[in-house]
This record gives sequence, structure tokens and C-alpha cells, in this order.
Amino acid sequence: MSTMLTVDDLRVSFPTRTGLIEAVRGVSFTLGRERLGIVGESGSGKSQTGRAIMGLTPAHAKVSASKLNFDGIDLLTAPAKVRRSLRGSRIAMILQDPKYSLNPVMSIGRQIVETLRTHENVGKREARDRAIAMLEAVQIRDAGRVYDLHPHEVSGGMGQRAMIAMMLIAGPELLVADEPTSALDVTVQLEVLGILDKLVSERGMGLIFISHDLRLVSSFCDRVIVMYAGKIVEELAASDLGNAKHPYTQGLLNCMPTLGTNRHPLPVLDRQPEWAL
Amino acid sequence: MTVIVSAENLTVSYDDFLALDTVSIDVEPGESFGLVGESGSGKSTLLRAIAGLSPVTSGRIALDGKPLDVRYRDKAFYRQVQMVFQDPYGSLHPRQTVDRLLQEPLAIHGVADSERRILRALDEVGLGASFRFRYSHQLSGGQRQRIAIARALIIEPQIMLLDEPTSALDASVQAEVLNLLEQVRRDRKLTYIMVSHDLGVVTHMCERLAVMKNGKVVERLSSADLVAGRLSEDYTKNLMVASKGFVRANAV
Amino acid sequence: MSQSSLQTVPMTRREWLMSDRPQSRLQARLGRAYMTWQRFSANKLAVAGLCIILLLILIAIFADVLAPHSPVIGNLGGARLLPPGSEGYLLGTDDQGRDILSRLLHGSRLTLLVIVLVAIIAAPIGLLVGAVSGYAGGWVDAVLMRITDIFLAFPKLVLALAFVAAMGPGIENAILAIAITSWPPYARIARAETLSVRNSDYIAAVRLMGASPFRIVLRHVMPMCVSSLIVRVTLDMAGIILTAAGLGFLGLGAQPPLPEWGAMIASGRRFILDQWWVATMPGIAILIVSLGFNLLGDGLRDALDPRESGQ
Repeated sequence: MSTMLTVDDLRVSFPTRTGLIEAVRGVSFTLGRERLGIVGESGSGKSQTGRAIMGLTPAHAKVSASKLNFDGIDLLTAPAKVRRSLRGSRIAMILQDPKYSLNPVMSIGRQIVETLRTHENVGKREARDRAIAMLEAVQIRDAGRVYDLHPHEVSGGMGQRAMIAMMLIAGPELLVADEPTSALDVTVQLEVLGILDKLVSERGMGLIFISHDLRLVSSFCDRVIVMYAGKIVEELAASDLGNAKHPYTQGLLNCMPTLGTNRHPLPVLDRQPEWAL
Repeated sequence: MTVIVSAENLTVSYDDFLALDTVSIDVEPGESFGLVGESGSGKSTLLRAIAGLSPVTSGRIALDGKPLDVRYRDKAFYRQVQMVFQDPYGSLHPRQTVDRLLQEPLAIHGVADSERRILRALDEVGLGASFRFRYSHQLSGGQRQRIAIARALIIEPQIMLLDEPTSALDASVQAEVLNLLEQVRRDRKLTYIMVSHDLGVVTHMCERLAVMKNGKVVERLSSADLVAGRLSEDYTKNLMVASKGFVRANAV
Repeated sequence: MSQSSLQTVPMTRREWLMSDRPQSRLQARLGRAYMTWQRFSANKLAVAGLCIILLLILIAIFADVLAPHSPVIGNLGGARLLPPGSEGYLLGTDDQGRDILSRLLHGSRLTLLVIVLVAIIAAPIGLLVGAVSGYAGGWVDAVLMRITDIFLAFPKLVLALAFVAAMGPGIENAILAIAITSWPPYARIARAETLSVRNSDYIAAVRLMGASPFRIVLRHVMPMCVSSLIVRVTLDMAGIILTAAGLGFLGLGAQPPLPEWGAMIASGRRFILDQWWVATMPGIAILIVSLGFNLLGDGLRDALDPRESGQ
């Protein structure tokens, strides 16, 4: 399996009045046409890693890496124009809450068409047809009606599916999904994940799934990276989660109450300062 | 069965939206009662209606057998019933130190000896006295939620209303806060009414639960029954299946 | 008592202020004030504005000592309408032989008096009306806001004119008149802040403790409005000075021989072409002070942002 994305020693830091905050401190991994999960809690740097790959880090932050390559293109030194042409057509990103990530004043259909026509030269009619086909591919019934609706007029689950449609319509090779289902109800989560599963498999895309939910990520992905305080503490195959070696990963697996397990009190993560070193 | 909190045919509607549709529940003293459902199920509305924060269109709420007024609650009620909110970042006043936050309920109820009680409250939730003069923006999510719990407990209520108290926290911190809540309940023999969307959390913390959907109670059952799969309603079955996690179509 | 770990190494004052483990109320408050000051002083223009205002205050306090001549008694015989730079008269004299510099220095007291009194009268009224209106809602809100609208509908100067015309000219009446027209925007601001704060969980939590609405508005809601209000009041100061100057210009504010800057411009109008300094010097003074307040207000807005993240 050829490598699509290479990340080597990625560092992202934010200068603030009280000093430098290092969000990502030397993260390295490679990705082929497979599914990689990045798991961590708040402050672990997982979101900033995804954004650095997309080139969406805030302007005042510093991003550096010894290598950040997508299909041979050096993402750090590429001019802005090249990065823009990559976004949407070759690398796409799904965000957490469609309430905030979809344009509230544009209809859903128009937003999807805009993405398509930014990257491909298609006529209006064809663009509309393809957008409706994409909405149907994410299992939105009555796609023609939803095409004209605004984001606030649809439910969270439907909004997230619309976002997926918008991001996949130009046929990207790599998808970065940043907590794509965390804002959804649990039954809706499964539906949306099922759609994502099907589309990613069908199109042979690479996927980076960023989440705080270790179990969910391990059920969805092939490999899992666990991040803590800006660094990777463990990398393992999803099926191998039971043999996790790092105490943080083990703690993360065991700390949540699940249906059927009866542990009173719940095992608590004993944070060691060495993990952050 | 003695009942300490009960809601009878409670209906809450906002303009044309029916948030609660003739809902009835009974909570026994000393038990931990769960309200489970997805968003829009009305579980939070029910909790807030009991607290007096939501307007009630019809129905009755009773505390210890005595019916409560639709909107107005007196100070004695608040001495018995307290609430912990979901969002740790919004439930503490941004301009007040922890000391001031904890002092407010004592001042309102005219409780003396505030210094000792504040220190004891901080100790009880596992935070030291060094937290006393911090502002809320200097605290992490888990620490804020502990302060919220301390604030609710400081006037020694009997009943605690918990509105998804850990869902906004990181996984590792959730376990700590859930353990704290369990311990506090044991030590003080409190009654809990807890709202959650997470079946794992609710079966861990509660003995009996009511499953809600679209403003109605769909099923009432014990945690043991839920875990064992002895369910009668389809919706509850769907929730169970969904909480088991995602199963991949073609595992590699 | 507080069981803090004993500091074996004495902290510098800065560390003590920036500490994220304050040991007392005082330390917490001072620490917070210090952070605000840091944000403020990062803005050089804002600091310049602050300096101008401090200078104004100092001049007002020490006017007696600083002024070389009397502000009200002039040398009618030999020193009328002398240009700036004349011997003993740095900024020249007016048509009554009075030293303009001394008049300006003493006039600063009147300017400061107007500003402080208007702020003290108008801001609390606006804050109270706005907060009560926003929190109570319903007919209380409707009534209070209609009253506010009525006062807002009048242009400041026109209403001030009417008031002064009814009550008679004089600086006290001018101050009252300006205060009456200044409070409505503050009520609007306080109401807007209250509306956004009213439904937050921390207010619900205080209601759940059994706090009376008065307590909630006074001790929990109003503190959240204060920042925006301080900024608005500071930015308004420039306008207040100009309104007072306008009234003075029309002869309805401070009466002669008080060296109020607006009145000075009015009386110097006659000579503007040949003896430009009589009207221009007070004009420049007004300009500088207005600018100072504007810069200060802008700086405060950035520094007092209620959405402090503590980062």
C-alpha cells in the first residue's frame, strides 16, 4: 500500500501573552489508503494535528515539521494557491457541528454546488444533478427538497450528512474527520458512521478519524494513534486494543462505565507527569 | 413505596412546541433515578420543571407529598433540592472567585460559620484550600464541575438534580466526577434524579430509570433489567443496540 | 486556615500577582486587576490617552499653582488681545486682558466637574434601569424601555437647551441637562448585556439557591454589565465635553467670567480672523481632552473584554 500522507515531527505552537503554548510536540505517522484514528482528550493536540494537515491552523500559530508530504507535495512550502486547490478536491475535512460549520445563509444545495464548481469546470445543471446524487448517496431521502433547505431547517444528523456530501463531492483521496459524530444523538451517530463507512470503502479513500472516543475509533479504523499532551503515546492496530501497553491508553479504555460492567468505584486515570515529557 | 418527588401528568409546552406530554414519574427517598433519552426527549425539561426553572402548562409536582406551586418555589424548597448543570463552563459566575461562589448560598440562607463550611466543602469534593480564591477561568472542566457540586452540597440538600453532569467532560475526568457523585450520595444518603443520554453512565449511577422520547415516558425499568436485556419497548432496544457501539460493515 | 505550601523562595511581586493559586481575596482581585492592566498597557495609544487624562486631573488640582495670572481679572489697560508668545502671556490674552493659559488651566476644573458629575449621575441610572428592565422582562421592560426611548428621541443638545432654558443658565443646570440626556444609551447597553446573561446557567444556579430577583440583579447581573458600561461612558466623555462646550458657546452653560472652554470659544468668535488664538486655544484644549478620552475608551474596551479566557 503506497503512502499518501507522511507526517514527520509535526509541531504546532501558539504564542500567547503568558508564553508559548505547544499544542503539538513532534507527531509522526504515515497514512496509506487506510483508516487511521487519532484519539485524545481535550488539549491533546489531535484537532490541531488535523488542521495542520489541512493548512487551517490560525495565522498567528507556528507550524513546523521535518516532513509534511501529501502525495509528493510538500504541504509546508507549497504556495497558498496550491494548498487551496488541494482542499476539497484532494483532501477534505469534516467538522463536528453542522450548526457551526455550514453556512447559515446559503441553502445546502448551493453550498455543495459551490464546492464542486470551485474545483471542476461543470455547468450549473450538471452541478445540481451531481449534488442531488451526492445527497442521495448519503441517504438523504427527498434530496431534491433538502437541496433547497437551509442548515437550520434540518436536523443535526441530516446536517452532518449534508456536510459529508459537500466534502466528498469533488472526490478527495484523503478525508480528515474531526469528531464527526460527537454532536449527534447516539442512534443518529450509527447511521452517519455507516454512511461514512460505505463511502470511504467504496471510494478507496484514506481516512483520519479524530475523536475522544477510543472505543468508537477502534471499531471504525484500522490503526489507532493515542495522543496525550501534544505527543503520541501509543500506536497500535485497532484489533489489538486489548494489548495496549501504555498506561494512558489502558486507563482510557477502562475508565468509562459501559453497559453491563459493574465497577464501583470506576478505575481512575492516574496521570503520571512522565507521560507529558 | 414512599415517594419523595413525584410528577403527575406533567405537561410543558412552549408556544406550539410540546416539550413534555403528560409525564409522570415517582422517585423514592434515597434512590438514584435516571432519565434517559436523546436530544428533544424532554428529559432536561422534566428536571428543570421539578426545579422550578421551566414553566409548567398543566400537571402536578409534589415534594414529600406536598404539592408545589407551578412556578414559584420558596427558600425551604431550595434548601432541600439542588441542581448540578451540564456545562461546567457556564454554570459558574465568571467574575466571582470560588470562595464567593460557595459563600453565596450560605449568605442567602443565612447560614453562619461560612469559613469552615467552605473549606469543608472544598475538601469533600477533593479540592484543597488552595482553590479557594481562584476564578473559574483558572480551573479545568473537571475542577469546575467539582465546584458546582460543592456549591450544590454546601447547604445540605436532600435531593440532587443532575443534568448530564459529566457529558461535557473528558472521559478520564468523567470517571472521577462520577465516583465523587457516588461517594457523596452514599455519605450523605441523598436522592438523585439524573439525566443522561449515555446508557452506560445511567445504568452505572442509577437503580431505576425512565426512558423518554419526544416528551413522553416510553418505558420504566430497573437498571438490572436494562443490562440484562429484559426490555419491552422497541425504542429502548434501539438505544441499547446503539450504545453497544459501531460495527463495521466489512472489517479488514 | 489556608493550608498552602509555604513559599521557601520569596516570589517577586509580579509572580505573586500572576499566581494561579491566590491565597486570599485580595491577591485574587489584585491579580485580576494586574492582568487587565497588562492587556491595557500593551496598547500604546491607550496609555497615551490615559496620560492625557491624568494630566488633565493634575492640572485641575494644581491650577492655582500652575496658572501665572488670574483667570478672571485681566489687564484691561495694557494687555488686551496680545498674541501668543508675548512677554508673560504664553498663549496670549483675550479681549479683557485675561491670560488665556491661566483661563485654560482653571477651565480644566470646570471640564472635569462636568464630566465627573454627568458620569456619576447618568451611569448608575442607566445601569439600574437597563438591568432591571432586561431581567424583569414583560411589562416592566416595556414601560422602562419606552421611557428610555422618549429620552433617546431628543437630540442631546436640543433637550439640554430646553432644560436650561426652563431652569435658567448656569453650569449646574447644564450638568443636569446633559446627564438627563446621557443615561438612555447606558440603559440600552445594560439591558443588552442583561439579556445575554439572564439565561445562563450560573444565573439559574443562583435562582436555584433561593436568591431574590433584587439580589440576582444587583450582585450577579450588574457586575457583568459594568465593563461595557465603563467603556461606553469613557467614549461618551468626549461628547459630553462638546455638549457642555456647545451650551457654553450658546451662553447657556457656564456664565462669565467662569473660564469654561466652550464659553471661551464663544466670546472669542468675534476676533477669529485677526486674533485667532482667543478662540483656537480653548478649541485645541477640547480637542486634546476629547482625543484622550477616545483613546482611553478604546483601550479599555480591549482590556476589559468580559470574554477573558485566562489564556
